[in-house]
Amino acid sequence: MKDIKVLGSGCAKCTKTAEQLQKLAQEMNIEVTVSKQTDPQVIMEYGVMSTPAVVVDGQLVHSGSIPQTEQMKAWLTR
Amino acid sequence: MLEIFTRFADWLAYTVLGLSAETKLGDAVHFFIEDVSKIYVLLVVMIYLIALIRAALNVERVRDYLAGKNKGIGYVLGSLFGAVTPFCSCSSIPVFLGFTSAGIPVGITMAFLLTSPLINEVAVLLLLSLVGWKITLMYVLIGMMTGILGGAFLDSIKAERWLRDFALKALQKARQAPVSNSQSEQPSLTLKQRHQFAKQEALDIFSRVWKWVLIGVGLGAALHGVVPDGWIAQHFGEGQWWSVPAAVVLGIPLYSNATGVIPVMESLLVNGLPVGTTIAFCMSTVAASFPEFILLKQVMQWRLLSCVFVMLLVSFTLVGWLLNALAALM
Repeated sequence: MKDIKVLGSGCAKCTKTAEQLQKLAQEMNIEVTVSKQTDPQVIMEYGVMSTPAVVVDGQLVHSGSIPQTEQMKAWLTR
Repeated sequence: MLEIFTRFADWLAYTVLGLSAETKLGDAVHFFIEDVSKIYVLLVVMIYLIALIRAALNVERVRDYLAGKNKGIGYVLGSLFGAVTPFCSCSSIPVFLGFTSAGIPVGITMAFLLTSPLINEVAVLLLLSLVGWKITLMYVLIGMMTGILGGAFLDSIKAERWLRDFALKALQKARQAPVSNSQSEQPSLTLKQRHQFAKQEALDIFSRVWKWVLIGVGLGAALHGVVPDGWIAQHFGEGQWWSVPAAVVLGIPLYSNATGVIPVMESLLVNGLPVGTTIAFCMSTVAASFPEFILLKQVMQWRLLSCVFVMLLVSFTLVGWLLNALAALM
């Protein structure tokens, strides 16, 4: 099962990103756990400064905006 | 060029709504329509144009640029970048930590973070169109000085002692083993990408600030219509030295971004509040706010936090007094 983390200090865009990922995964019938990570220390350890950022299976794949739907699909299927 | 908005307001307030220009209500409604329509159009156009130019600027680049700069120039650059870098206040903490873990001194990071909410393209644009270039220039200079001197002061008292442990450790680690500079190599942008960014930016900012403009101008219009002419000048005029600290303290619980407070600023000025008192009030509303400080608590100990807070209040009060004294001389 894929493990996706959305990093961000609780801003509206972070919530949206997490929701969209969850929804997309459901539509595509892919099993994932999507969690939000708001701890500043953890965000720092990933070296992220612009949130929301997305971490798929421990690897940072995106930061600074709500990702495009195409990007999200790619992460879910790879 | 901006007369078109006055004419539009004439038409809507006096012809369509049938209000009289002589009444307080007519005056207030006219003011409201003119300012809201003008600000909305200017916002969309200017945000788009400015975003086109600065599409390639982001916090990662600023960090790489600031890392390793010497302190004197660092405060000035930190404050400058704080003014021009697009950045949402909800990212304050990741940015603070990102800068810190790149070994950038706390003072320079704070120069960036203190200037950032005070000055941005929307604030400057609103100021220019509402209160003219002189006060705009004053506002920008004071905003930057607050960042520069504030940052220098924090380093001079060795503020990093009062960071939270994990943040201090990250700073020390970076000092011992400097992070390489070319971490975030980014390709330059094509015109199409710039347009895409600018369009998104204009939409984003507009959808975030339109209601603030409405509230701010609405409050301003109410002041226009309700408060008798001269009342403010009479009660809070420059003769009363306590009005500046009072305005600063009043600004703390009031939390607004620069977009919301600047339209109010205009009507305070029009109603005769001295310029120093007005600027002190507005800056305190924007920069010294509880929500922002509660965020910063995640990386700072109480001592540092209260230090920054008191520093801001004292400097806004001094600025207010200074400007009032200068205005009285002129």
